[in-house]
Amino acid sequence: MSLLAILGVLSSAIFSGTSLLYTTLGEIVNERSGIVNLGLEGVLLVSAASGFAVTSLSGNPYLGVLVAVLAGGLMNLILAYLVVTRRANQLASGLALMFLGVGLSALIGKSFVGAKITGLPRFLLPGLSNLPTVFSSLFRFDILIILCIPVAFLVWWVLFRTRWGLSLRAVGENADTAFASGRNPFRIRYQALFVGGLLAGMGAAHLSIAYTMNWGEYMTGGRGFIAIALVIFSKWHPLRAIVGALLFSAAVAFQLLLQSSGVQVSPFLLDMIPYFVTLIVLMIWGGTRRQSAPASLGRVYQGTE
Amino acid sequence: MIVFAFVLFGLILLLSGKDPIQSYKDIFTSTLGSPYGFSEVLVAMIPMMITALAVALPSRVGLINVGGEGQLYIGAAFATWAALTFKDMPAWALLPLMTVLGMLGGALWAFVPGYLKAIGLVNETITTLLLNSVAPKVIGFLIFGFWHSAMDTVKTPNFVEAARLPTIFGTRIHLGMVFALILLAAFWAVMKYTRWGLEMRSIGGNAQASKRNGLPVKKYLIIVMCIGGAIAGLAGMSQVSGFYGVLLLNFSMSLGFMGFLICWLAGGEPVGILIMSFVVSVIFTGGNLLQLTRDLPFATINVLLAITLFVVLAQPSFSIVREKKK
Repeated sequence: MSLLAILGVLSSAIFSGTSLLYTTLGEIVNERSGIVNLGLEGVLLVSAASGFAVTSLSGNPYLGVLVAVLAGGLMNLILAYLVVTRRANQLASGLALMFLGVGLSALIGKSFVGAKITGLPRFLLPGLSNLPTVFSSLFRFDILIILCIPVAFLVWWVLFRTRWGLSLRAVGENADTAFASGRNPFRIRYQALFVGGLLAGMGAAHLSIAYTMNWGEYMTGGRGFIAIALVIFSKWHPLRAIVGALLFSAAVAFQLLLQSSGVQVSPFLLDMIPYFVTLIVLMIWGGTRRQSAPASLGRVYQGTE
Repeated sequence: MIVFAFVLFGLILLLSGKDPIQSYKDIFTSTLGSPYGFSEVLVAMIPMMITALAVALPSRVGLINVGGEGQLYIGAAFATWAALTFKDMPAWALLPLMTVLGMLGGALWAFVPGYLKAIGLVNETITTLLLNSVAPKVIGFLIFGFWHSAMDTVKTPNFVEAARLPTIFGTRIHLGMVFALILLAAFWAVMKYTRWGLEMRSIGGNAQASKRNGLPVKKYLIIVMCIGGAIAGLAGMSQVSGFYGVLLLNFSMSLGFMGFLICWLAGGEPVGILIMSFVVSVIFTGGNLLQLTRDLPFATINVLLAITLFVVLAQPSFSIVREKKK
């Protein structure tokens, strides 16, 4: 097992984990305001498909990222209308949103199956320019990878150090109290869902425009659901989400390592590992988890009329 | 209001260069316009009714089972094992064995979430969701590793005739229909007329008070969750044995999630489940034809389904009544 192989595995783990981190951050913003978005999978699919389509048509990956991000925000606004304005059940609305995303993305991506795009340009990390090219090619990351950790800190700062973040968390804990203290739960939840959608859109953009660089129906393969699990794993905290995303990346890395060192293990079995690790961590944290969940998560705010 | 859903989907069809009116005509004439089409609708209804019931029963004790998808896969895997191992068994012995194993598989998959919820450790919504992602990988492992046929690595060999649920009237409607109807009737009767039904409703209403009154709440939570899983496992068994006659990778295509939505739209009531399954099934069966004649991806029909759901979910009276019931 050479150093090169290990570094290669690490590099691909980073590529596969980035989209998860953005998506998890988005869901944390949603859930901190008291709204579970089970339709995340659908949001990701529509973002990935529209971002890929725009990149393919315009030839500009940055434009594709922008469209993917906006598409994520818009998809979440549909959910916002249902669960905030129309006061519909969150789980059912979320699953319906997932079905919408599966269908809509298939329709958008239909003529782009197998299309080739130029992905997001990758930059060499500073200070590594004198490495031999075999090594340096592993450290060429695109802008979304470089930004993902700073974005996690930004989300943390916004949620815990700004007035808006305080309002958002207040609404997530108790919408009635937040209303009584002069905040508008409806507006804040709309904003939270929109921002959460933008973040999920960034994740989806990285997936289709920078990582796989192709489009296939249902290409997200359950990433939306993994992100929902990671939100709980990270106890609704943006910085712990980094750890959660790393866990899944490490599992991917471990799989690749085993494969490249010639160990014969079914990839399906290895694919299960991260889910079981998450389950075990949830069990270990079971007792303390309750205090960290937003208190009115999943509840409908009926308003005051 | 439903008209709005159809107009919106029509616009989407128009944007993708298809004739919406002709497409709708296709959807309805192909499903309700001919005996064959109608029988296909009934065939597609079977797993939807059963998976909806797998959500409805646990919801009566306040459990949210989003794991029908995973339980269905594991049930199908257990049943497939019997079908591939005991090829020489006569149908009267093999089919009951497959049914029992299918239910056992689903129950096992639901036991972990049920147990973790009952001891107050992890919420069942999240564990069932997690296990949903694991189940298709178990199927993949089994098919690729052991069960795949000589020709094709994504599915098992075709089941022997004895492992197929019998069909009726020369259509593809199989015995799973009878399972579904019996289960719905049994669910209704148990809820209405038995002590178990009363106690389950009591736990669903107020678990704390029920516990103080001496009801074995933990036991109920675990057992009801397992029965829910067993029902979903039965849906998996009836799909592989009655519909496909073979175990395919990713055969479910979100049936478990669809069951959740149907149950929710039906308010967990048996008659509602019957009606909503029929409506969803008409849309889906029509979508199959859309793929053949209009050259659209099959998944497109999900858009019509989703918009219809949105319209129903957005009814203010609907959601408030439902929330109060909870």
